[in-house]
Amino acid sequence: MKGPSKLQIILLHVGLTVMCFATLYPVLWVVKMALSPSQTLSLTISPIPEAVTLDHFREVLASFDAQGRWLFGRQLLSSLVVSGATTLVGLALAVTAAYALSRFRFPGKQMGMQALLVTQMFPATLMLVPLYSLLQTLHLLDSLTGLVLVYATSSLPFCVWMLKGYFDTLPKELEEAAIMDGASPFQVFWKVVLPLARPALAVTALFSFMTAWNEFILAATLLNDASLFTLPVALQRYVGEYKVEWGHFAAGALVVSAPVMALFFALQKHLVGGLTAGGVKG
Amino acid sequence: MSAVKLAGIRKSFGDNEIVKGVDLEIHTGEFLVMVGPSGCGKTTLLRLIAGLEQCDAGEISFDGQRVNEVPPRDRDVGMVFQSYALYPHLTVRENLAFGLMLRKLPPAEITTRVNEAAALLELSALLDRKPKALSGGQRQRVAMGRVIVRRPKLFLFDEPLSNLDTSLRVAMRGELARLHRRLGVTMLYVTHDQVEAMTLASRVAVFNEGVLQQLGPPLELYHRPANRFVATFLGSPSMNILPARRDGALLKGEGFTLPAPAEAAGELLVGLRPQELRIGAEGPFSGEIEAVERLGFDGFAFLKTAAGPLVARFEGLVEVGQTVRVQPLGDATHLFTPDGTKALRHPPAERKA
Repeated sequence: MKGPSKLQIILLHVGLTVMCFATLYPVLWVVKMALSPSQTLSLTISPIPEAVTLDHFREVLASFDAQGRWLFGRQLLSSLVVSGATTLVGLALAVTAAYALSRFRFPGKQMGMQALLVTQMFPATLMLVPLYSLLQTLHLLDSLTGLVLVYATSSLPFCVWMLKGYFDTLPKELEEAAIMDGASPFQVFWKVVLPLARPALAVTALFSFMTAWNEFILAATLLNDASLFTLPVALQRYVGEYKVEWGHFAAGALVVSAPVMALFFALQKHLVGGLTAGGVKG
Repeated sequence: MSAVKLAGIRKSFGDNEIVKGVDLEIHTGEFLVMVGPSGCGKTTLLRLIAGLEQCDAGEISFDGQRVNEVPPRDRDVGMVFQSYALYPHLTVRENLAFGLMLRKLPPAEITTRVNEAAALLELSALLDRKPKALSGGQRQRVAMGRVIVRRPKLFLFDEPLSNLDTSLRVAMRGELARLHRRLGVTMLYVTHDQVEAMTLASRVAVFNEGVLQQLGPPLELYHRPANRFVATFLGSPSMNILPARRDGALLKGEGFTLPAPAEAAGELLVGLRPQELRIGAEGPFSGEIEAVERLGFDGFAFLKTAAGPLVARFEGLVEVGQTVRVQPLGDATHLFTPDGTKALRHPPAERKA
């Protein structure tokens, strides 16, 4: 077989470089704004800041409210709690539901799957008013529990479909072998299916976490107390009606994206294929 | 005493009846091979015995106890899957110990049993590997080891050798036979490979289209097949089947005549094994050689005769396109009813060399 010619390789790399730059340019701009001393948008093409200062980071991280509470710390905590709890609740429900949908035959299975799909077709803003009144009735407005419930249930359909798709690919013989080895249905699920589903669990967890971490509209609507705000809501306050604190906003945005990146790197090693290699056949 | 008894077993998937009323007794300690073409219901039958499927009708009993409602884990049955089904996330040691740990055996006992099985199957050096780091033959042995450590009273094998290459298959066949002699347990083995059936079995059960065709020791099935299906399924190349009719002292077919045995009457099918036909200058059949399967000095030639295709053994030189004659070695005539459902006659057994 003949490899690509030199010209092809050069063209390929030029193309990839352009694409990389196009992707990174906005991010570099945010970095520039975060590091520049001014609060305004400097309308230059260069993504390199003329002067470098960490003032914006300092001010964003060290924001206190009227009672002297460390606001950023509380908001970071509430973001972490909401995203973490959403991931746990959502995953626990999605994994069990997806396994049942993948392996068992029961009345209403097709309907159920389709109903889950249909819920994904409504825009999130459409759900805002009913969700608001629901939470009001349940006295869960302005509470993190309420937000977790909303996030977990709204990410559930996607998670169920994704996990079901993965469970469908796991060889049935492995479960039958476990049954013959004396495993109860729960043991089959816990000791054989879940360990094998690790890559799918990692992806689904990441998806749940990121959705909750980045979500803005629901959080802004359902929360009132600034010390409960999740970080996207907190960030939005730097964009005011009369002035926009671009420096603070950019610095905040960078700080907020750091934990998600950390999580992604942590889960990356689980996102490997071929976990079932060697189980069946050659 | 029978270890397993099947009575009137039926099983359908949707509108498709796969097992159509099977009665079968498996003796304690025997190696029974169920053989048949794909889709004949043999694997389904095995899964019914394992408890992985429920039968629609009939009764399965172990040692006289009905087990239809008993879940697989309480049936004391071990099963080796066609695809091995090793747990990919566990090491060989953990794979072997999995069933024992679920049964909450003491750790010392588990270690002893795992080491014993590993030694028996020559897996001792591989205990800390994951299945993906094993060759096909090694995986196969782990799959067997997983059953051996549990010491069930019945071993089930679902085409365990079908994913191995030929030389490994021969070696594993030998190991399986040795294992059976050594453990002395009842083994039930499903295959579509007639060589495995003939070499491993104490008794062979031939299935076709969900019906048990014949049950017996391998050689009895070979020499005295109950019907046309068994006759053509066992033996390689397949038995030649030619239509004929009795005419006085002769069996007359299209382009050939044979001496008529006493059992012959009216329309019939004549069965002749290729091994008992010789190509030469004389004989009742005449035809043109269309293909030659040479195994060395001898082999099988595929002829086109007036009565239809005919396979016969040859020695020495033959060529494609040559017109030759074919002579049966003594009395080799099997007779079947015209529809092939029943054998009417087999050649006398004492004639065999």
